[in-house]
Amino acid sequence: MKFLSEYRDQKAAEQLAAAIRRKTTRPWTIMEICGGQTHTIVKSGLEDLLPREITLVHGPGCPVCVTPIELIDKAVAIAQRPEVIFCSFGDMLRVPGSSKSLFDVKAEGADVRIVYSPLDALKLARTNPSRQVVFFAVGFETTAPANAMAAWQADHDGIENFSLLVSHVLVPPAMEALLSSDNCVVQGFLAAGHVCTVMGFEEYFPIAAKYEVPIVVTGFEPLDILDGILMTVAQLEEGRHEVENQYARAVRREGNRPAQKTIAEVFEITPREWRGLGEIPASGFQLRGRFQKYDANRRFPFTGTPAHESPECISGLILQGIKKPHDCPAFAVKCTPENPLGAPMVSSEGACAAYYHYGRRQNTSVQPELSSPASR
Amino acid sequence: MADAKTPAFNLNCPVPRVADDRIVLAHGGGGRLTHQLIEKIFIPAFSNSMLDQRHDGAVLEVNGSRLAFTTDSFVVRPLIFPGGDIGDLAVNGTVNDLAMCGARPLYLSAGFILEEGLEMDTLRTVVNSMQKAAAKAGVHLVTGDTKVVDKGKGDGIFVNTSGIGVIEANVKATIGPASVQPGDVVIISGDLGRHGIAILSVREGLEFESPILSDTASVWPSVEALLNAGIEIHCLRDLTRGGLATTLNEIAADRNVCIKLEETLISVDETVQSACEILGLDPLYVANEGRFAVFVPAAQADAALEVMKKVPVSQSSVRIGKVEETPGRTVVLQSRIGGNRVVDMLSGEQLPRIC
Repeated sequence: MKFLSEYRDQKAAEQLAAAIRRKTTRPWTIMEICGGQTHTIVKSGLEDLLPREITLVHGPGCPVCVTPIELIDKAVAIAQRPEVIFCSFGDMLRVPGSSKSLFDVKAEGADVRIVYSPLDALKLARTNPSRQVVFFAVGFETTAPANAMAAWQADHDGIENFSLLVSHVLVPPAMEALLSSDNCVVQGFLAAGHVCTVMGFEEYFPIAAKYEVPIVVTGFEPLDILDGILMTVAQLEEGRHEVENQYARAVRREGNRPAQKTIAEVFEITPREWRGLGEIPASGFQLRGRFQKYDANRRFPFTGTPAHESPECISGLILQGIKKPHDCPAFAVKCTPENPLGAPMVSSEGACAAYYHYGRRQNTSVQPELSSPASR
Repeated sequence: MADAKTPAFNLNCPVPRVADDRIVLAHGGGGRLTHQLIEKIFIPAFSNSMLDQRHDGAVLEVNGSRLAFTTDSFVVRPLIFPGGDIGDLAVNGTVNDLAMCGARPLYLSAGFILEEGLEMDTLRTVVNSMQKAAAKAGVHLVTGDTKVVDKGKGDGIFVNTSGIGVIEANVKATIGPASVQPGDVVIISGDLGRHGIAILSVREGLEFESPILSDTASVWPSVEALLNAGIEIHCLRDLTRGGLATTLNEIAADRNVCIKLEETLISVDETVQSACEILGLDPLYVANEGRFAVFVPAAQADAALEVMKKVPVSQSSVRIGKVEETPGRTVVLQSRIGGNRVVDMLSGEQLPRIC
């Protein structure tokens, strides 16, 4: 697996870090959109290599973190029905709803299963014709093609005991929401590479132009991220605001057209509630037309009470990049991965969990003396 | 977007959930919840001087000789996996717990809980593996028990093994977390993650060009070689449930020390690494069944490595880090690109990520 060692090479990382230091003359705040990027940054201790002028803030690109509490409650209610096999990606199971998580109801006897693909859930529906199989279709544009394919396949094969609880969200509207907010601190974006693998990056050109903000499509390995930061800093220092593609080995300008076609056939655009951010217009997908018969929302009407929210969690500020996890008084004190106050503490991609697990519990580097190339 | 100033960012988050009124799977994951279970339920009930040492087994003084005593239960799906089965695992797991006390494994018991409907051939396979593993490790299975439960109330076979070993008279040192001290060097006996990924790849139907085999094996030959060579061993720990990260966190917390690791020194097979990348798992937390960590004084590290490399089960042993005084209760890893991060203990099991 050579591409892994190449993109984690220490010498190359030091060279990129040195180039960033040479280029930087002023403080800049850059947001990485995707939770996968946040994970890499914190896991590889990448901030140790950056000059102190560069502040990285962690964006709303963690699907687990932005799935609204009402939907978790819905998922929990559906999973508790005796006829249901409830399928989900692993990291949704620990997310707290207003009173329970999917893990809790699993412990109480609900049939909740971790799957790696929506097509595995469809397979379960085929082999369990007397049960209702529901898949929790969460994620950004990246997971949308596979989820669309599952609905398409179910329709094609006439499988009726299958449905999707859809909570798909879209990156560009969230970026616009952040940029148009009065307290926006972000000066440049590392766009989410895998989202762009599917969607391409044409939709970012109007955003870069309207808000005069550099957007660099960036990959997920440590060197990708350093390279993306270098490209963003170069634009900022030179007063440019363009869309550039750091992740050219995976992303084409037009994206993956067949995947987009499948998405367009199965889904339509809808307003979405984002946990911590509120409702954003035209920021999600829902099933369209003949595929609505696979909508778990319609199949299992939900009559829950409105969710109760805790005022202590500042995830909204964290997802906007206004605050860092260790700025939160509850962080690592009242809010831990065992007892999360909010979703960013749950998912391994959530900024709070990443900070917690990888030791960013104070606003300092962990062990500066161990880090030879560190500059802060 | 229609309105440039929408949306209003109303900040919201859920109330905390109460997680401790029922057992959840994470209580068995070897991470923080397992520890809470031990601290809150088991220790208050059973506390005594031997249990409180929290080692892999208890060391008992009987008529002047020191015996090690340990027990372990095995629940694994699938029962038969690439590189072994629940039988190998049940013998090697308990043999290794004894070895981690510095004890020569001698006798095992085996308790079987069988599920109605289990195929006799499967049981035969498992029992044969146990016999072979026992012969290889030089232990005798001297007592046992069988129970059968209704179909649906078990997972085919559950096995419990308990074991007794003897700490030879010439072993003067106390081997255990209490002997770990700043200045010690940490050695591990080979690459990481094979067992956990072998199991997962079968469970999840992942196929690789070269299949990943479990590393299940008795590590006693390696420990015996270290003892015979007169190496001053401070601590031995097998890297089972929760992997290297969990084991080192336990020791760092127990001794209030910092364990510093270098990522480039830790070896993970390419296929295992690929599987971990696909599943979103960290090999530092993946279970091993034939790997252990050794803590020795820095002056003895080279000699220990030389001895370990001569024994097949530990031939790719490697020094991965050292023990320092501060910051206490912490495991720090210098990453491949030169940054630093804390290697924390997990709450429960690692969960595959969405994308």
